[in-house]
Amino acid sequence: MSKLEAEDTDGKAIFGFWVYLMTDCVLFASLFAAYAVLHNNTFGGPSGSQLFSLPFVLTETLILLTSSFTCGLGVLSAYNGHKDKVVAWFSVTFLLGASFLAMELTEFSHLVHDGNSWTRSGFLSSFFTLVGTHGLHITVGLLWMVVLMLQVLRRGLGTSTVKRLTLFSLFWHFLDLVWIFIFTIVYLLGALKI
Amino acid sequence: MNLFFANAFLGKLNWSALPHDPITIFGASTVVGGAILVPCLLTYFKRWKWLWREWLTTVDPKRIGVMYIVVALLMLLRGLSDAALLRTQQATSVGASHGILSANHFQQIFSAHGTIMIFFVAMGLMFGLINLIVPLQIGSRDVAFPFLNATSFWLFVAGMLLVNLSLVVGEFSAAGWLAYPPLSELQFSPGTGVDYWIWSLQIAGIGSLLAGVNFFVTILKMRCPGMSLMKMPLFVWSVLCAMVLVIFAFPILTVTLTLLFLDRSMGMHFFTASGGGNAMMYVNLIWAWGHPEVYILMLPAFGVYSEVVATFSRKRLFGYTSMVWALIAITFLSFSVWLHHFFTMGAGADVNAFFGIMTGVIAIPTGVKIFNWLATMYRGRILFATPMFWFMGFVVTFTIGGVAGVLMSVPAIDFQVHNTLFLVAHFHMMIVGGAVFGYFAGITYWFPKIFGFRLNEWLGKKAFWGWFVGFLLAFVPLYILGLMGATRRLDHYDASLGWQPLFIVAGVGVIVVLAGVGFQVLQFVVSIMQRQANLDTTGDPWNGRTLEWSTASPAPFYNYAVIPQVTERDAFWAAKQAASDPDEEPAKPRYEDILMPKNTPMGLFIAAFAFAFGFAAIWHIIWLAVVGLFGVIICIIVRASDDEPEYYVKAAEVKKIEATAKEHYL
Repeated sequence: MSKLEAEDTDGKAIFGFWVYLMTDCVLFASLFAAYAVLHNNTFGGPSGSQLFSLPFVLTETLILLTSSFTCGLGVLSAYNGHKDKVVAWFSVTFLLGASFLAMELTEFSHLVHDGNSWTRSGFLSSFFTLVGTHGLHITVGLLWMVVLMLQVLRRGLGTSTVKRLTLFSLFWHFLDLVWIFIFTIVYLLGALKI
Repeated sequence: MNLFFANAFLGKLNWSALPHDPITIFGASTVVGGAILVPCLLTYFKRWKWLWREWLTTVDPKRIGVMYIVVALLMLLRGLSDAALLRTQQATSVGASHGILSANHFQQIFSAHGTIMIFFVAMGLMFGLINLIVPLQIGSRDVAFPFLNATSFWLFVAGMLLVNLSLVVGEFSAAGWLAYPPLSELQFSPGTGVDYWIWSLQIAGIGSLLAGVNFFVTILKMRCPGMSLMKMPLFVWSVLCAMVLVIFAFPILTVTLTLLFLDRSMGMHFFTASGGGNAMMYVNLIWAWGHPEVYILMLPAFGVYSEVVATFSRKRLFGYTSMVWALIAITFLSFSVWLHHFFTMGAGADVNAFFGIMTGVIAIPTGVKIFNWLATMYRGRILFATPMFWFMGFVVTFTIGGVAGVLMSVPAIDFQVHNTLFLVAHFHMMIVGGAVFGYFAGITYWFPKIFGFRLNEWLGKKAFWGWFVGFLLAFVPLYILGLMGATRRLDHYDASLGWQPLFIVAGVGVIVVLAGVGFQVLQFVVSIMQRQANLDTTGDPWNGRTLEWSTASPAPFYNYAVIPQVTERDAFWAAKQAASDPDEEPAKPRYEDILMPKNTPMGLFIAAFAFAFGFAAIWHIIWLAVVGLFGVIICIIVRASDDEPEYYVKAAEVKKIEATAKEHYL
């Protein structure tokens, strides 16, 4: 493959991935809209301000933001061709992402245990679905990271591997951005409401 | 213990899921018979290897396009037989007589009719034509992501199979083609019908979404040198706009279907009548997708008409720039009119006024297009070939339907005709008389480019007249019935209403349409049999204007041996005009190695696992859902680990292909 063709393919892949991310953005926007419509429909059940623990969610947020930072460092190392650093930074990213997911699942299981599951009210249905969809994306991201690390270890940092790492980092940063909105709209605004 | 195993292995599935009443049994046996017959024929004619190598594993957009169209035409037959049943029921179920269908079966059939016609006929024909022609028209050898394209197609097939499987195992939704809650909620639709509806649309819809991303990137990134945006053929422009709509609208469908499924299977309360749900949110969400979807179907048909009318009028398209801006205006406006589908929701006068005005406004760019097409014909040297017939039929039906639409954009009037047959007549005139006529025009027009021979013109025109006359007979009475107060989805009415004569006329209309379809089938059969007589040896059978006519017919799998250079609009026409001496020996082309994607069965496998997952989700079969999900994931990982998805066609081989026999699909 000539160099020109290789560059062209990459341009397509990265542009195409951006477009895909925008469709994902519309997907989350629809879920946010559903949450906005239903967030007061507690049907006699608890509201957000009774359920959310801000310090806990802030910890989650900081963990996810840090993972975005380490992911960025990992991609920079990939551009510089430092294979070991790539593996190291992405391992850190993976651990942070996994801890975020674990915390989210802990929150969910507490809610369910206290009888506040998704069947309780329209508000909780939309809460679990919105936050859970983000969590599902994080899970996909974790799986993707494992596959990418196996590729890096097996084949080193070829053009296609670096390209895939770049695509992954776009995905991961995007999830970070979505989480900022969830943190603000669901948790902060939800906790403020008396 | 036995019961436990049955639940674990089969979920909700048991013997009662098989069909019982005669009409369903007939439908089911057609599906099962087809499923048995096709493999038998393939074995008898020893075509398995051919099928696998040439079609099932292909990533060539032209072949994928052909498969889209074949599936869509088969589904058209299914959707039409549904329509014939509905019309028979409404023509006969009056007073003491109760027609041929039970109320519940009637509801399943109209739900299936709508679902199939929109998702598996109109969408299939549209993506089929896009696959066939867009890469050729932009002077490209392929789409941006060939493997993704194949995956999109197979997901479409998986969704189609689920709809048809519901004939054999279980039932289909009886909640209408958009499954409004609370009727579609578990409380009121406890069967698996709505779940079939959800998963067939979900799987096919994700395929459409991926295809939308793919063609958007293809058009923006893969045009040949010199083809700036304002030099693109209008069909490409229309597809670009439609793909923007797909990208923004289909994720909303994905979410809406998921939320409905969560309500039904996880006990959530998004749209339920109690528990803090909001049924009108569903209606808003589904139409926030649904109205753009109408234009997703329409815009590419507009593109086809623009190509057809210019070619067969021997003139450049009138008002190219205004056509482009009209498309862009429609693209934007189509997201601001969704509420006109439910003015009766009670949103209040101000909201209704806004959406009513926006609906009126969107008619303006559409009108611009109609006038531009007519102006293109003005003083042209018009050749009355079959595609032109479809175009002129479209102008009539689409204008009648469009004016009816503008009428309904006034909320006060809409309150009167909401949910009546007036509306049914309106949107059939838009989607059949607008979009589907366009796809038929496109299929006739581009057929020689793909297969290397022309379709029979005489039979084509007969087919058009059958469709056109039958269509007006079938739908003009519905306008009148609607104004008389006949609501849609009516399986029985009182004789004193005096509706029966008009329903009988509509029923006769369907028979005439069926005759048109018969001519279409005959057209394909006769044209294939007489193909030697209608060979297109020039590659340019219609004296075309755009790039696709500059390569051989049928187009080689790499489309262009040498990537064309473009300096103006209607590039091929300009090149033909500029060629001063037709006898002059053209410059010897310099062939280079061509990079092409390898065939892969992974798209097929992914869709097969998605199908299994969908089936499992419908019947709550946990282990199968896990298998389906992990199957999809593993296929994606395996595919992503393939480091050599492409290969080179050597220059010498290209030269050989260009010089000698052309590749025939048949």
